Amino acid sequence: MTSLRQKHRRETLRNLVFLSPWLIGVSVFFVYPLVSTIYFSFMKYDGFRPPTWIGLQNWQYVFTSYPFFWPALRNTLWLVVVMVTLRVLFGLGIGLLITKVKTGAGLFRTAFYLPYLAPPVAATMAFAFLLNPGTGPVNSILGSIGLPQPGWFNDPSWSKPALTMLALWGIGDLMVIFMASLLDVPKEQYEAASLDGAGAWQRFRFVTLPNISPIVLFAVVTGVIQTMQYYTQPLVAGKVASGVIGGAGQQFEPGYPDKSTLTLPQLVYHLGFQRFDTGGASVIALVLFALAMVFTAFLLRSMSERSAV
Amino acid sequence: MTRFLHWVGVHALAIAAALFFVLPFVFVFLTALMSDQQALTRDLWPDTWHWENLRTVWETPGFLTWWKNTLLYAGLGTALTLLSSIPVAYALARFKFRGRNVALMTVIATMMLPAQVVIVPMYLFWAKQLHLSGTLWPLIIPMAFTDAFSVFLLRQFLLTIPKDYVDAAKVDGCGEFKALVRIVLPMAKPAVAAVALFQFFYCWNDYFGPQIYASENSAAWTLSYGLESFKGAHHTNWNLTMAATLLVMAPVIILFFFAQKAFIEGVTLTGVKG
Repeated sequence: MTSLRQKHRRETLRNLVFLSPWLIGVSVFFVYPLVSTIYFSFMKYDGFRPPTWIGLQNWQYVFTSYPFFWPALRNTLWLVVVMVTLRVLFGLGIGLLITKVKTGAGLFRTAFYLPYLAPPVAATMAFAFLLNPGTGPVNSILGSIGLPQPGWFNDPSWSKPALTMLALWGIGDLMVIFMASLLDVPKEQYEAASLDGAGAWQRFRFVTLPNISPIVLFAVVTGVIQTMQYYTQPLVAGKVASGVIGGAGQQFEPGYPDKSTLTLPQLVYHLGFQRFDTGGASVIALVLFALAMVFTAFLLRSMSERSAV
Repeated sequence: MTRFLHWVGVHALAIAAALFFVLPFVFVFLTALMSDQQALTRDLWPDTWHWENLRTVWETPGFLTWWKNTLLYAGLGTALTLLSSIPVAYALARFKFRGRNVALMTVIATMMLPAQVVIVPMYLFWAKQLHLSGTLWPLIIPMAFTDAFSVFLLRQFLLTIPKDYVDAAKVDGCGEFKALVRIVLPMAKPAVAAVALFQFFYCWNDYFGPQIYASENSAAWTLSYGLESFKGAHHTNWNLTMAATLLVMAPVIILFFFAQKAFIEGVTLTGVKG
């Protein structure tokens, strides 16, 4: 009995030793700041003078008077619907294509994969140049074949499609994930379907799709979560297109042009670090937290269906 | 005949797709080597090749410092992440204890959490209490206390290693830690390599972190953060901006050619086993 208790105590100690980096990390870098964020959301605090309790005023301000909040939320919705859908469809398409390529598959795979590795700032700067309405190569090609030349990052109705193109360019991760899952589909099922006289579309619809549907779900949910965190690309695109000089102390009103590239994470930075409104920034942070956790719950469910956890 | 047509169709489609992925690199490259004036025109091909643009960027004040900072952040960050995340991932994969499921859920929740959610109190903590703003330490030090994504990825992989190996080692008198280092880690090499690469690129690409903590001190900037200001330093000198873009992309792409397998395995791990 004593030895059993000793063994148990020894195991607990061992667990604590192994887990200690995480236990410290999650308390200091997750629980503590999250609780502080909730606390600050009820405070008036500019980061200098001591905080004072103002109840729900920050919440009221963000939801009713802060002009950037609703546009940012609407943009996120747009990006979720259009960008996530297209990314999943295009990623699946490229994944399918690469499994069919017989000659030079390695070369094609590398070509499709490389843009995913380009640092987001570099990729965004490159696209801001490529899509520059005046001097960019895309519009000069469009012009030379007589097609209309959009304003891309300088036109509020084209800036989100331009961001979507940038996202589609960096599809390499999804391509690899879909490719792996497509290669995992049992060959016999295709053979059986062919024997039953199924055509290419029917084979895709009744064999491929059911087999890869968990991966599609995974791609959709992680895509939505990534969109919630969308920060660097819209910010840099807006800055470069508007000609704002980057660097320390530069004030930039986010969302150029006309709030069309605003996302929620940008608002945390704008309120908290440019306007020194800690309370307002905390409210946005909590909205972001709530949204992220809702979709994380979906993700957990989709993963437990695949018994991955 | 139909088989041949199928072959042609698939490859034509693949070439069209490849153009979409490759042409942006080509245009960035061509513009990077144009003269200042030509970069402002709609020309696609340089009249004369200005290779000295690359040198101009390289010798821009600060550029080398940003390289050093980026290497420090990415190198030290990756090493610390591995050191701290491996034992935690091992414990979450192997040990049974009360609260393990809660711990796992918390790992996944922190993995999915946008960095902006906790940034305000974290900034106040590092800047006002520890006086470390204007440095990269607020970004590096937390990695000594695990990274959720790395823990999760490693744990998913460690689950696939049969328990018998560890049990056999223990029968031979190995302690848990020795078993991890001697038996499990050598088998988990692909996952460790993938995690190291992901973390390295996360740091290399990070824009938000350096913007929050290092923006006030240009001697602490990283390439990702400095690159954007480069555009400012030269206004709309697209040729130099694209040359800088090229120089920031290059290491990532070179590393890819050396570690293709680890990259692909890592991504597959996140999607299929994750």
